[in-house]
Amino acid sequence: MRLDENTMKTIESGELIKVMLLKQREGFRLIQVHAVSVKGGYELTYTLGKDYVIENYRVNLNENDEIPTITDLYPSAMLYENEMAVLFGVKIISTNPDYDNKFYRIKATTPFKVKEDK
Amino acid sequence: MGNRSIVPFGPQHPVLPEPVHLDLVLEDEKVVEAVPSIGFVHRGLEELCTKRDFNDYLYVFERICGICSFGHGLGYCEALEDVFGAEVPERAKYLRTIWSEMSRLHSHLLWLGLLADAFGFDALFMQCWRIRESVLDMFEASTGGRVIFSVNTIGGVLKDMDSEMLSAFSKKFDEMEKQLKEVSDIFLNDYTVMRRLKGVGILTKEDAQRLDAVGPMARASGIAVDIRKTGYEAYKDIDFEVVTSNDCDGYARCCVRIGELFQSFNIIKQAIAKIPDTELSVKCKGFPNGEAYARIEQPRGEALYFIKANGTKFLERVRVRTPTFVNIASLIHILPGSDLADVPLQILTIDPCISCTER
Amino acid sequence: MANVKKSPWMMHYDGSSCNGCDIEVLACLTPLYDVERFGVINTGNPKHADILLITGSVNTQNEPVVKQIYEQMCNPKVVVAIGICACNGGVFKDCYNIKGGIDTTIPVDIYVPGCAARPEAIIDGVAKAVELLQKKSDALKEGKADEA
Repeated sequence: MRLDENTMKTIESGELIKVMLLKQREGFRLIQVHAVSVKGGYELTYTLGKDYVIENYRVNLNENDEIPTITDLYPSAMLYENEMAVLFGVKIISTNPDYDNKFYRIKATTPFKVKEDK
Repeated sequence: MGNRSIVPFGPQHPVLPEPVHLDLVLEDEKVVEAVPSIGFVHRGLEELCTKRDFNDYLYVFERICGICSFGHGLGYCEALEDVFGAEVPERAKYLRTIWSEMSRLHSHLLWLGLLADAFGFDALFMQCWRIRESVLDMFEASTGGRVIFSVNTIGGVLKDMDSEMLSAFSKKFDEMEKQLKEVSDIFLNDYTVMRRLKGVGILTKEDAQRLDAVGPMARASGIAVDIRKTGYEAYKDIDFEVVTSNDCDGYARCCVRIGELFQSFNIIKQAIAKIPDTELSVKCKGFPNGEAYARIEQPRGEALYFIKANGTKFLERVRVRTPTFVNIASLIHILPGSDLADVPLQILTIDPCISCTER
Repeated sequence: MANVKKSPWMMHYDGSSCNGCDIEVLACLTPLYDVERFGVINTGNPKHADILLITGSVNTQNEPVVKQIYEQMCNPKVVVAIGICACNGGVFKDCYNIKGGIDTTIPVDIYVPGCAARPEAIIDGVAKAVELLQKKSDALKEGKADEA
């Protein structure tokens, strides 16, 4: 499935909790969260699904923006959030449990982040 | 309250062939909390997509995992075909379906064997793996590889199976089905096996929903979700029911997987009967540009592939969400309350694939 | 193989392999290939093991684990690197978290290439390891500890 305006909604980071809460009440499950590193920031994609229907929400973040956790709504999100924190350096507030950037114990710091000189 | 102690479990453990580490908080013999620490197999291959061109990267991508290798290649190709807007020829779709189901056969048989090994039934372990070898022989005959197949290409498949081969395979599958019936009878009806599996690792339907469980894990808790029902590849023309169970325990997971094994034989039979005669692949010209995702049902559950391309020969981002990755949340949930001696068995009931998880 | 008087025990550790070689190592133990006919048996305890089979390459997190397992094994011991990833890193060589083959961390005696290594190749590697083990144990007996 191609991702474009029809299959994906862009939301503000402040709306995230509200959207997730509404969707969770409708019975949607969390399929995945992933980050893409772009110049000066990140694109986060939240994918939710109910039976075979799938919905995507995109949040654009600046490099130093913080984003609230959704682990209170979807406990399994802790895996994605810890992964994004260690690989991308996305700042997520109060992930539960927080592995404090030790989710993968790697030598490189935030290897997926776009390098400045690119 | 008994004495609390923390027991490190793994990464090297006799029962588990793969490295997984858990810190188990015990109260006497009972587990109260399990804290996973993963990353022993983390290679960071998603990042390689910026260093390999998108055609070569397929071969890296197939090596995310040696058990689900075919599915990973398929998911990557499907997502890229969506970016290109390519329509895969019908025969290629059917061939992909047959190979997918063969992957499921070998993966579930592997799991059954490891499960038997975990509860100490070595003869059963050997039997399962003996049956599994015939699937691998068929893989070798049709693709040339036992573990990594590399038959997918962006726009179709690279190898064909002629009618002679297909009819020979049908006969072999019938034989396998007979052998499997004998083995599955032991798994489902043997007193000792049932004692080890019944009531172990309970994951209720509500918890499975809350923790977003996928695959046989979810289906054993009564959630009828099977991504094959979305009708990707040739599954749209194939008639099958989603196998579920409402028992929510280790035994239910075993039942679901055995049910799926017999279902796979059926799906392959239908696919062989219906396979059309067309080209094997279409050409995808130029460089990809755009974002797309693909969802497929791996033996372990739903996998999601996401690709972001920017019009050059290198992809900007490739992301795979593998089934075991989400099921770790369920694993942490089912461990508390069990005996320390049951922990390896419980870990096995989720059918963990660590190299998929950590990539 | 007539010169092998002992029945060596082997241990398997999965470095950061893709499971392909692991599963093939396990397949070697099962009826079709059956490596146990050489007297080799699989064990989970490094102190019991004489032959260490490693699949996959070394990464930051499993480096101490590989070292520790090697150090816990008693002399004489033979290390077999199975699969191209264990030999030199293979397709994952350029990944940020991969250090390289097993020989960047511990000494390796026998290399079994292949992606994934075929059971026949693994059995060949194990058979060679059994021979080498015999040599090392003879050397140890004669007091040449440095050769073992």
